[in-house]
Parts: sequence; structure tokens; C-alpha cells
Amino acid sequence: MAILIDRNTRVLTQGITGKTGMFHTRLCREYAFGNECFVGGVTPGKGGQDFEGVPIFDSVAEARRETGANASVIYVPPPYAAAAIDEAVAAGIELVICITEGIPVRDMIQTRYRMRGKSTLLVGPNCPGVITPGQLKIGIMPGHIHQPGPIGVVSRSGTLTYEAVGQLRELGLGQSSCVGIGGDPVNGMKHLEVMQRFNDDPATEAVIMVGEIGGSDEEICARWIKEHMTKPVVGFIAGMTAPPGKRMGHAGAIISGGQGTAQEKLATMEECGIKITRNPAEMGRTLQAMLKG
Amino acid sequence: MKIHEYQAKMLLQRFGVAVPRGFPCFTVSEAVAAGQQLGAGVRVVKAQIHAGGRGKGGGVKVVRTDAELEDAARRMMGMQLVTHQTGPQGQTVRRLLVEEGVDIRQELYIGMVVDRTTQQVALMGSAAGGMDIEDVAARHPEKIHTVQIDPGQGLLPLQAEVLARQIEVPEFLVPQARDLMLGLYRAFVESDASLAEINPMAVTGEGRILALDAKFNFDDNAAFRHGEWQDWRDFDEEDPNEIAASRHGLSYISLDGNIGCLVNGAGLAMATMDIVKLYGGNPANFLDVGGGATTEKVTEAFKLMLSNPEVQAILVNIFGGIMKCDVIAEGVVAAARQVHLTVPLVVRLEGTNVALGKQILAESGLPILSAANMDDAAAQVVAAVRR
Repeated sequence: MAILIDRNTRVLTQGITGKTGMFHTRLCREYAFGNECFVGGVTPGKGGQDFEGVPIFDSVAEARRETGANASVIYVPPPYAAAAIDEAVAAGIELVICITEGIPVRDMIQTRYRMRGKSTLLVGPNCPGVITPGQLKIGIMPGHIHQPGPIGVVSRSGTLTYEAVGQLRELGLGQSSCVGIGGDPVNGMKHLEVMQRFNDDPATEAVIMVGEIGGSDEEICARWIKEHMTKPVVGFIAGMTAPPGKRMGHAGAIISGGQGTAQEKLATMEECGIKITRNPAEMGRTLQAMLKG
Repeated sequence: MKIHEYQAKMLLQRFGVAVPRGFPCFTVSEAVAAGQQLGAGVRVVKAQIHAGGRGKGGGVKVVRTDAELEDAARRMMGMQLVTHQTGPQGQTVRRLLVEEGVDIRQELYIGMVVDRTTQQVALMGSAAGGMDIEDVAARHPEKIHTVQIDPGQGLLPLQAEVLARQIEVPEFLVPQARDLMLGLYRAFVESDASLAEINPMAVTGEGRILALDAKFNFDDNAAFRHGEWQDWRDFDEEDPNEIAASRHGLSYISLDGNIGCLVNGAGLAMATMDIVKLYGGNPANFLDVGGGATTEKVTEAFKLMLSNPEVQAILVNIFGGIMKCDVIAEGVVAAARQVHLTVPLVVRLEGTNVALGKQILAESGLPILSAANMDDAAAQVVAAVRR
């Protein structure tokens, strides 16, 4: 078991003929069961061709009909990426993972509005993707640092997620699934929705939750954890030293009006029973100590 | 991206929002001419900088005669205007807005932001507009009224009227206030704004609703569909290092410490600053080189960090992931040579081919300190600065 994806997931790459789409589709197919799981690609106007044996279709609807895909990953450039999400949702894809960075917020507001009442789950945009180690990797994370095991990882950032996974590997702790939800202000799944799935997943025994300054997703998740979570959670928030009002790379990583500071988030998380660490090098060891204790 | 008040007012006018008559001025003589064109009577000279809080810092002056106007313009043009948003060094005033005076009866607050939690645009209003709105928001949040705008329907006239009454707009002016809010919403959406404020929205003695001040921030991700932003951008208002960084696809923010940090990924970059601080050091900057840390990018990043005379050591923290560590190591060595690096350099590499990467650093002949992990990297760079 795992969350969101496993070896039975069937994936389409939207934007498969672009440089990024090709590169990462190749790496994902080389990882574990990727070769069986990646069943098609979509690039309008290139239907009928193939990418290294993966058939290409003109539309997501057609690709879904022909391949039975239930997930898609999007590498489409920012001006067209929100429309690509819309297309996947309209075609009834169950899980859409959008890697694209730089989508205008206005486009995402409209796309999230159109998704209301639909059952499609969206991860991202501006995220590294999802991996279930030993089974399937959908996204741009380095597969080789992961190993199967009992720890769930959910994070708003990319390389900081790899850092957490790297620390777990050093300690011999594998991962059930790792989900990068992305740092954009308007996005799909939040910490909360991923945490709920880890709680229900028999393969997950503990979770590392990595947050960033800005917004209130971590606080909302922490309050849910206090009431419902049955598994230990370790938390870290990046941006303790970030000055207010400055945009730190991610559109999400900005503190405004004193809201969403690292101190505030950590205090709430601690109150809610999450074992927090202020040292990003201690995420793995904090979790290990918790499991032993 | 931020724009000036006069630019925001031009934008609002396009969407039917009433603003005081006025002219942007780049010299004192232009200001004098603008004042004469507005005619005798009360006029206002307003310093145009991107930071807020200008009134308290002496950047807004009400004048009654042409002589007073010229005097105010002369004092303001070129001054270092210090507000709570500029930092202690202030911002040089290079542009003025000269406007007709307004008989203000009420000062109200109107703001618009993207609400992350509801994933909609939210309209906020308060009867307590004017200079102290930040205080009001902090101490009396109940005095701020919020309206959530459904993305499918847009702002409804009725919602705007309800808010107008909540913020104590006189009943006969509710339609005018409603129309201002509807115009603001259209301007916000069509120009891809991330934040807009009209503070104050004034109720005047002549029975009008006017946007007396205006602030707009735009979503940088939408720049590709707004060619006019090029003309609106004021490079004088931006940190020259941050401008240079954005040209090379780097994300750079100056801070006041002495340890330069070069990291890939925003989250890891913030975490690196955090751990430096945790070890008693002080980061000189935030610098995210993004996904592809090429030699060119790393070289530019080194140049940026070293342009800051305070920098006494550099910490490179790269979690290579898919990028190979040997390629990154070669980039770091080439960059360090090119900029004739003289300050200590601590490098922490992780990812594919990490052993080969460390070997390249060790054999470079450069005084590079190799770190095993983030703890080790932070400890070494803080120690290097103390020596």
C-alpha cells in the first residue's frame, strides 16, 4: 500500500514532446515499474507518433479512451498549463500532477473553480511530483535517493523534500510515498489532504511534514492532526530568518501582514502534538528518536 | 511587480474609477507647471516611491499657493524618504504626483487580495481608512469587513453595496462606492493583480467617492500577457542586485549578514539561511539558483554575492537530485577561479556522483572546504567567519 500512486497507476504525460516532458518521462520509465505504468503522452497535433515506444495522442480524452490511463503529469509551459489541467479534469483523469512552474494565479483561480464538484485530485502546480518508492515515480525528483519503507513525506518545496528523504536514507528509513504539493498560492492538494491519506494508509507509520512561511495550510493541517491523526508527525518550517514582505523564490513563500511566520506555524504545530525541529538537518533524526521513544 | 500611485490611478481610470485630477512630474519645473494647470486653490504634492507610509515620512504635502507648491516640490524631489516600509536608508524620490486638493469628509479603506485558503479574490473594506489601517487590522480585526468573490460570477453589485453600507458610506453615495468596487475588481482581474488597495477611498464635501491613493502589485507569472508592464517598471525602485539576478534566472534577495548563501530551490535556500542563523551566523543573502545550476549561473551567482562588501565567507548547498554532482563541482570550481575568490568557500554537495564531485573540489587547488551535510556546512562556514 501507499498513497495516491502505485504500480497499478496508469499515467499520461501531457507535454511529452517538450524537452522537460521527454527528459522526465524517460527517467520515470526507467524507475521501478515506470515502463508499465507510463502508457501514453499528449501533444496536440502530434497524435499517432510515439516517444520511445510510448504512443502520443492529440487529446487527453482520446489518450484516456485508448490507454485506460487514470493519472496524468503536466510539463506544459506556463501560459497553457492551466488549460492542460482543465483538459485532464474534463477527460475524467483521477489524479493530475502539474510540475509546471510559473502559472499565473488568475489562471489557477479559474481552474480550481472549474474543478469544484469534480472528483479529480490535483497535486501542484510548481511541485516535484509524487513517488511511491519501489513502485512508481511521477515527477522530477531523483528516484535513487528513495527506498521503500514506512515513512510518509509531504512538503511544499522541492529540494528541501529531497533533503528530508536523503536524511531518512542515511538512517535506513524508507518511505511509503513522498508528495510535493508545491509552493504556489493557489494549488491543488494541501498538507491536510495528503496527511489524511497517510493516516488511512496501513503502510505509513509516521510522517515528515515540511512547510514554508506564508499562508495557513500548515496550521490547518496541524489542527486536524491534533483531533484525528493516529501516527507520529515530525514538522519543519523553512523561512525562520526570512524578512517579511519579501518573495523568496516561491510565490508562496512570502509573509504579509505578520501572517504565516515560521514562529507562528511552529508554535501551532507544537501545540497540536507535532514534534517540531528548528534545524533542517535534524528532520530525519527527530523522526527516528520519536519512533524509538 | 509593484507600480507607482500615479500609474495605479491611470489603470483605475481605465476601469471607470474616479480619481483626483493630477499629473506625474519628473522635475520641479514640471511640478510647478502641473500646479498652475490645476488652477489656484488647494493642491497636493505626493512623492512617488513604491513603499507605503509616505505621509508620515514627509512625502505628502498639502499646499495653498504656487510658491508653497514649488517649495514642497523642491524639498521632496531627490530627498531620501524614510518610511516604515523603506528601511532606515530610505528611498530616493525621483517622481512626484501633483493633484488637486480634495475636501475630505470620510476616509475609508478598500483592498483586494488573492485569498489562498478560499482560492478566490477577496474584497476588504473598513470605515477606518487612512494612515493607520495596519494598526486597525492588527488591533481591531472586527473593523475589517471581507467579501469573498466567486470566480464564476465575479463581484456582485449587491455584495459591493452591502460592503459600502458596512463601512459607513452615506446612503446616497452607495451606488458610487459600489461602482468603484466593481471597477476595482475588473482592473484587478484583467491586469493580473496580486494585491490592490485604495486607501483612502474618500467621501468628499461635493458628494463624490474618489480613490485618493492607489496601490497595485502584479503577479510576475503573468508578465507574458502584459507588454505594458515593461513601461511601468521603475528600476530605480528595485535593488540593482535583484535586477541583475533576475536577468540570469536567479532569485536573489540582499540581507544584512556576512555569509553568502548559494542554494538550489527556494525551500532549501530558506532552510540553509535558517541553519546558518541557528549556528550563530548571519546570512548575507537569499540566493536560489533554480533547478539547472550551470557554470554560467553559478558564476553569476558568485559575482552577485561578492558584489556585497560585507560577505566574509560563502556557503554553497546543492542537493543535486537529477543534476550530477561532478557537473556542479566543475561549475563551482570554474566560477571560483573566474571571480578570483578570496573568501573561504564551504561546499555541501548531495546527489548523483557525489564522490566524484568532492574529488573535483579537492583537486582544484582552491581553498574549498567540503562539508558532509547541512550541519557540518553551517558549522564550518560560521567558524570560517569567526577566524
